[in-house]
Amino acid sequence: MNPEQQTTPVIEVENLSFRFDGGPPVLEDVNLEIIAGDFASVIGPNGGGKTTLVKLIVGLLTPTAGKVRVFGQSPVKARPRIGYMPQHAMMDPRFPVRAIDVVLMGRLGSGRRFGSYSRADREAAADALAKVSLETVGARPFSDLSGGQRQRVLLARALVTDPEMLLLDEPAAGLDQKVEQDFFELLQELNRQLTIILVTHDLGFVAGFVRTVICVHGHVDIHPTSTLDGRAISEIYGGEVRMVRHDHRMDH
Amino acid sequence: MEFFNAVLEFEFLQHALVAGALAGIACGVVGSYVVVRRITYIAGAIAHCVLAGLGIGRWLQVVHGWPVTPAQGAVVAAVAAALVIGIVSLRVREREDTIIGAVWAIGMAIGILFIAVTPGYHEDLMSYLFGNILLIGSGDLWIMAALDALVLVLALGLYPQLEAVCFDEEFARLRGLNVEAYVLVLLVLTALTVVLLVSVVGIVLVIALLTLPAAIAGHFTTTLRGMMALASLLAIAFTTGGLAVSYAPDLPAGATTIVIAGAAYLLVLVLRRIIAGMRSR
Repeated sequence: MNPEQQTTPVIEVENLSFRFDGGPPVLEDVNLEIIAGDFASVIGPNGGGKTTLVKLIVGLLTPTAGKVRVFGQSPVKARPRIGYMPQHAMMDPRFPVRAIDVVLMGRLGSGRRFGSYSRADREAAADALAKVSLETVGARPFSDLSGGQRQRVLLARALVTDPEMLLLDEPAAGLDQKVEQDFFELLQELNRQLTIILVTHDLGFVAGFVRTVICVHGHVDIHPTSTLDGRAISEIYGGEVRMVRHDHRMDH
Repeated sequence: MEFFNAVLEFEFLQHALVAGALAGIACGVVGSYVVVRRITYIAGAIAHCVLAGLGIGRWLQVVHGWPVTPAQGAVVAAVAAALVIGIVSLRVREREDTIIGAVWAIGMAIGILFIAVTPGYHEDLMSYLFGNILLIGSGDLWIMAALDALVLVLALGLYPQLEAVCFDEEFARLRGLNVEAYVLVLLVLTALTVVLLVSVVGIVLVIALLTLPAAIAGHFTTTLRGMMALASLLAIAFTTGGLAVSYAPDLPAGATTIVIAGAAYLLVLVLRRIIAGMRSR
């Protein structure tokens, strides 16, 4: 990674607070900076605001206070540069669609108007499937694929958008250990070209892969992976909200 | 056989067959969207609002002498209902089922009131509710063909966007698609298809014809496109079958069509169960 990349912030969050209409605050006074080329993991207990933070970053939600900048732009403007992979549990498993059709959806954009996908779209989708080693399953129904294959298809759909950053929400949910390991190895390889932000509740496993850990539990703390110990983790998950040291960013 | 000879002899049966085919094509295409996006009940509410349009249209025509027809009233009411449900549910998501139920019943009630205050044959009410495909004239066919063409051009021309919005709305939004606009387009397409189907099977039975062919097709196809093609063929087969079976014993064609479609769906479910059971043994 070149030195310039290391210092360019791709995400800047300043004094951000968020609450749903009239509800209690989900996130309070969050400050966060993620630099280009990082492999960051967003962790925290369920209901702690992980997905909310992600949705604020891509502009699906609007902050109650504070601001979010992505690539120095507003989240909505920066969206086309983000490859987003949602939790696959959100989709109807019986939807009649083949793997390649799912990847093609990544080629849609505001510029498209009328008619079907072009040859260039189809070629790009096939390339993206090859990148996740699934070139042979393009014609198979999405619903027939294994959990691990589906996650790779959704990753290919995010990659076909030609993103500068990947944002993955619980990509390993429901996968077995071996499949999960393969998936993270693939991400590690992609991290050579892309900034990756990964939401997970499975902290133990990602620790070996990621450089930065962002803890979300109402407040947000950032740790370099190397400083994360049992005490910090119990503070995150113990329900008690206390500030964890987050002034440090160690070199790797 | 009797039916076959009758088709050659009677123009009204030829019209009915063409009407069934025209409605069947739109039904298969839009019905597939309705099934995968799970908006069957929105389609039901829109269908019941058609009664308001038919009632108001005929009231204006008969009582006030306006140059409108019940069919035009039906199109306006269906599209208006689609837009109301769409806009309100996009704004206040959590109340969607309440809105659907309210629009469903209010549409129906308005229709009944206007039919009651309009002098004339109240048997019309029965044909609105349960359809009378045998009353379709050649002028109606041209209107149906135009509606059909409009529905197909939009539903197929916007296929990539509509497919993406139905599959994963959030991702579509992040790709920069105007999801709200596409949802409204889909609801308007549903409304126009409902109007086409009302003349074939009537308001009460529309949901079944809209969803059963697509539900059956979903068991045999791996793409939304394939589901649409097969569902269209099935819908045409059901309307044709409904006419053929009902003709000799003089049964209502709309109800016969729906019973055939329902029987086919049940048969598919049972056969799949048996096949799955045999495989697992």
